[in-house]
Amino acid sequence: MRYEAPETLDAAVALLAGESGVAKVLAGGTDLLVQLRSGMLEPALVVDIKRIPETRRIDAEAGGFRIGAAVTGAEMGEHEELVAAWPGVVEAMELIGSTQIQGRATPGGNLCNASPAADCVPALAAAGATARIVGPDGSRELAVEDLVEGPGKIRLKRGEFVASLFLPERAAGQGDAYLRFIPRTEMDIAVVGAGVCLTLDGDGRCTAARVALGAVGPRVILAEEAAAGLVGTTLDEAALEALAAATSAAATPIDDKRGTTDFRRKVVGVLARRAAAVARDRAQGEKA
Amino acid sequence: MPDQSVLPRQFRVVGQRKRRPDGIDKVTGRARFGADMTAPGMLWGLVLRSPHPHARIRSIDTSKAEALPGVKAVVTGRDFEGGERDDVSINCMAGGKALYDGHAVAAVAATSKHAARAALKLIEVDYEVLPHVTDVDAAMQPDAPLLHEDMVTDGLQPPPDRPSNIAARHEIGHGDVETGFAEADEIVELSFKTEATHQGYIEPHACVASVSPDGSADLWVCTQGHFMVRNVCAAMLGLESSQLRVTASEIGGGFGGKTTVFIEPVALALSRKANRPVKMQMTRAEVFRATGPTASSSVDCRVGVTKDGRITAAQAELRYQGGAFAGAGADMGAMAIFTPYDIAHVKAVAWDVVTNRPKLAAYRAPGAPMAAFAAESTLDEAARRIGMDPLELRLKNAAREGTKAAYGPTFPRIGLTACLEAVRDSAHYKAPLGPNQGRGLACGFWFNFGGETCTTVNVNKDGTIGLSVGTPDIGGSRASMCAMAAEEFGVPYEKVRTVIADTASLGYNDVTDGSRVTFSSGLATIQASRQAIKRLCQRAAIMWGIDEEAVVWEDGHAKPASPNAGDFAPLSLAEIAAESANTGGPIAGHHEVNAEGAGVSFGVHLCDLEVDPETGFVKVLRYTAAQDAGKAVNPDYVEGQMQGGSAQGIGWALNEGYVYGEDGKLQNAGFLDYRIPVASDLPMIDAIIVEEPNPGHPYGVRGVGETSIAPPLAAVGNAIRAATGVRLTETPMAPPRILAALDAKVGDPDGRMTGQERDAPGKKARDGLPDDGLP
Amino acid sequence: MTVTVTTTINGDHEEFVCEADETLLDALRDHLGLTGSKEGCGTGDCGACSVMLDGRLVCACLVLAAEAEGRRVETIEGMAEGGELHPLQQKFLDAAALQCGICTPGFLVAAKALLERNPDPSETEVRYWLAGNLCRCTGYDKIVRAVLDTAAEMRSA
Repeated sequence: MRYEAPETLDAAVALLAGESGVAKVLAGGTDLLVQLRSGMLEPALVVDIKRIPETRRIDAEAGGFRIGAAVTGAEMGEHEELVAAWPGVVEAMELIGSTQIQGRATPGGNLCNASPAADCVPALAAAGATARIVGPDGSRELAVEDLVEGPGKIRLKRGEFVASLFLPERAAGQGDAYLRFIPRTEMDIAVVGAGVCLTLDGDGRCTAARVALGAVGPRVILAEEAAAGLVGTTLDEAALEALAAATSAAATPIDDKRGTTDFRRKVVGVLARRAAAVARDRAQGEKA
Repeated sequence: MPDQSVLPRQFRVVGQRKRRPDGIDKVTGRARFGADMTAPGMLWGLVLRSPHPHARIRSIDTSKAEALPGVKAVVTGRDFEGGERDDVSINCMAGGKALYDGHAVAAVAATSKHAARAALKLIEVDYEVLPHVTDVDAAMQPDAPLLHEDMVTDGLQPPPDRPSNIAARHEIGHGDVETGFAEADEIVELSFKTEATHQGYIEPHACVASVSPDGSADLWVCTQGHFMVRNVCAAMLGLESSQLRVTASEIGGGFGGKTTVFIEPVALALSRKANRPVKMQMTRAEVFRATGPTASSSVDCRVGVTKDGRITAAQAELRYQGGAFAGAGADMGAMAIFTPYDIAHVKAVAWDVVTNRPKLAAYRAPGAPMAAFAAESTLDEAARRIGMDPLELRLKNAAREGTKAAYGPTFPRIGLTACLEAVRDSAHYKAPLGPNQGRGLACGFWFNFGGETCTTVNVNKDGTIGLSVGTPDIGGSRASMCAMAAEEFGVPYEKVRTVIADTASLGYNDVTDGSRVTFSSGLATIQASRQAIKRLCQRAAIMWGIDEEAVVWEDGHAKPASPNAGDFAPLSLAEIAAESANTGGPIAGHHEVNAEGAGVSFGVHLCDLEVDPETGFVKVLRYTAAQDAGKAVNPDYVEGQMQGGSAQGIGWALNEGYVYGEDGKLQNAGFLDYRIPVASDLPMIDAIIVEEPNPGHPYGVRGVGETSIAPPLAAVGNAIRAATGVRLTETPMAPPRILAALDAKVGDPDGRMTGQERDAPGKKARDGLPDDGLP
Repeated sequence: MTVTVTTTINGDHEEFVCEADETLLDALRDHLGLTGSKEGCGTGDCGACSVMLDGRLVCACLVLAAEAEGRRVETIEGMAEGGELHPLQQKFLDAAALQCGICTPGFLVAAKALLERNPDPSETEVRYWLAGNLCRCTGYDKIVRAVLDTAAEMRSA
């Protein structure tokens, strides 16, 4: 295995595009190093992108935020403006692993590892985030939910990698939240995850909603019908119960070592309902 | 039992919270554990493991691996055929069959980890995959895949005429249970299953082996018993015990899991073949797949009570699987299951079963936690039936001095009622509970063990004490040994240094198990110290020119026994030691014993928790553990044992368990999905030390290491029952199970029992009653 | 492929050669003789290899050794100043906050990082900060108490 730590995006692209064998991008390494060690992955080349300045910054952009793919969870949590604008996204990132993992794990890695249970993906999808992909043909932006194809699979061409993520400007009356279920209090992979982003008008009526579900399908599920059901409501108990039922219906979970189909289907509704209540309160909190 | 008169006495050092002597190396990173050793010219050894749960090994071709540059040795089962080829040997390196996912089939030693890893891939094993079975009840079926063609159930009359996966049947008890049940007003009958758990010690097994061409060998290893390692490895490899010196490293947790060998004989075999030192260290995945987890169990339990709370009869059938070899420990479960109670009619039948899983090793009170889960859950239900406080029911029936236990002995002084009273009188027992919260109580029992012990104490010329014991220190025992020696000699605690001597320096010592070290090595330390004190008195007598009978030892000094003996100023230990060259040479004491009288131990646990009714998530809110320590030599470390065992039991109850797929492969061989409790999962654990002196020890000490893991499973289950109204009968009581039970209750207006019992997989239609024949 | 790495460990300049796929933990233990950082899992789940990398708490098993180039690494071996134990080390010793001791270096490194950030943590904050450090012996009780007590003593010192 060859290790390279280029200092520019172009150099990284050239390295990745020039490798005929398996080439992997190293950001935080909290998934990659486990795969290396277990022997399930034997890349010819590992490209460490952490020495590229663009991957390590959080910049204000167009009223929103551009987050380098190799920014850590801990760094996101320390960014006050980001936390104020997108608390759900930051919480989702901060839920991943321990304090030690937070010092390394990155949103770019969490996205590109393409685990169905990735915590930050439903939150990013609910927030309407996009990923900036750089490659031999230049750069492009893709909605995060479109990047992931299935477990462990992302839609990237040879030589391409995710350089940054973009979170749009948070609109007035908007609030987001992410909740997940794990059997312990920490250190587990999500058995179920639910990200919700809501916009309320001055009367507390929902004008827009995005609901994204994790660990209940091969990839993140944008529960569009469930979200549409919230629009026009005041997010009262009946609306939230309807959301729970609709998200449970939208889920396509499986039985595995972490949970059963029935459990996941039921709990995803519970979490979506609870996350929507948090998002609602956040949206109203801003208005107040 | 030796007569160890326990007199009320004032202790000077024993009972104090002394700083542990090995602590400073452990807080600075200097302590050397199994993997922290290197040797000149050292190779790295790795093991190739079976990917199949059950397969005949047709052939193994190691030629490509051997040809790889850097590879110095490859071994397979063939390399062990010269020595004893018993279950332990076959478990360390497969013979004709791979018996579980992870079973070792070959090993390599190479100049680098890289080369060793590459070599493993070049070993070609031709497997004939066989049908497998991993569930205990399924393995008992007549048509189950058979692991051993020659396994005929032991303990059945007449002996069966065909082989099966049932290694043995045991029965214990007294009275006549049907008579007892006839006296009962209420009979509660429930069936339980527990999944296998792992000790989860944080330090993976590791060793460095070095065998010379002349047959002499050294082994550095993290183990609970280096003398056991020596004897087992010597027999397996055809070495002489005197030629194999084993040194115990610091040990990073064991809990019973390091009381046998896995990689040690392999490292020795590789080293012998390569003529170089070989280091081996398991990965965490190997630890889970191929060391010794617990048995998994299936238990039917039946208890009869009168309306006023007398237990009239108790009956159980326990089916344990302990992996691919006999010895699942169901007999221990049967012996322990109803022991906390004075019951006239008891019967417990135990079935010891083999499956395609790794061979079990001991884990803290092995066999008892699953038995206690069944008995204490059933008793809790019985208390509900008759409307009695569960603690009152237990107090009413608690074993005490003079109670005859179903497994044989009549108890001397024991501390169960004192523990129950301590919990009853605690603030915790009376604290209010909120919505969705529940409180559960359970008792636990463990036998404790004495065993072979050999200890030497040396009085140094500067008046300090060197103590050599042969029992690895897994939880602070050096501190306890120092305290007991200091107590006897009358010197400050800091003047004693205790080392764990290697196998060339002391006689045989049994492994650190059975909660035996503070009891047995402590007893031997006290007796060896007394012998040395006798010699110190002899030397003082020589210095004074009087009879040795005229000298006594008090407060660290030799003194004339009476004014008649002469008028001499007391001689300190240091003064006598300084003169030792002129009075007969070095001063030492020694004691060897096969210690009996370990003294049984009881504990009572109380658990508060809250259940999220929408997700089944359980948060443990408050936990209290009371336990009889006899005499707590170092209360800090007694509490530590109680707290640690409680945490392990809570993990077992809620989230720990082996997950095998339909393919017979272990799916959660890592700390990510084998979920031991993390710091944020637990509250503080209040430890109440009860001291009912053990008549079998000079200071009244009882072992304290194991009992604490027996009560938590039922304490947690009983608390869930109290919080939710549903009775969980299967561990782990993880959220999906709890939520399913809650959902089932919604459709069950009675709400008393859940679908869990009715649908318990593997439970056969046997009317819930144990029977005595083959299933 | 081998990599030559120049780095700073516990304030000392170090240079070592390693394989590209070796971890920082491998380098510390096998190449530099710093065996105080322990390997309990190799997957970032146990925290026994906790070290500071450029002032950030990480698991050394999840860092490639090559990544340490030009970085600052602090391990348990650098925690005591000369003969003087760090207050956390002293408290763990005095308060019996260890049994077998294999997890202790990781807990100490992690707890020190916590107190440097938050000198007055609540019990809950301590428990969540240390959730990535597994201990199987103590039930965490005495460890959590030791961290809280050390924090109190350091605040009043």
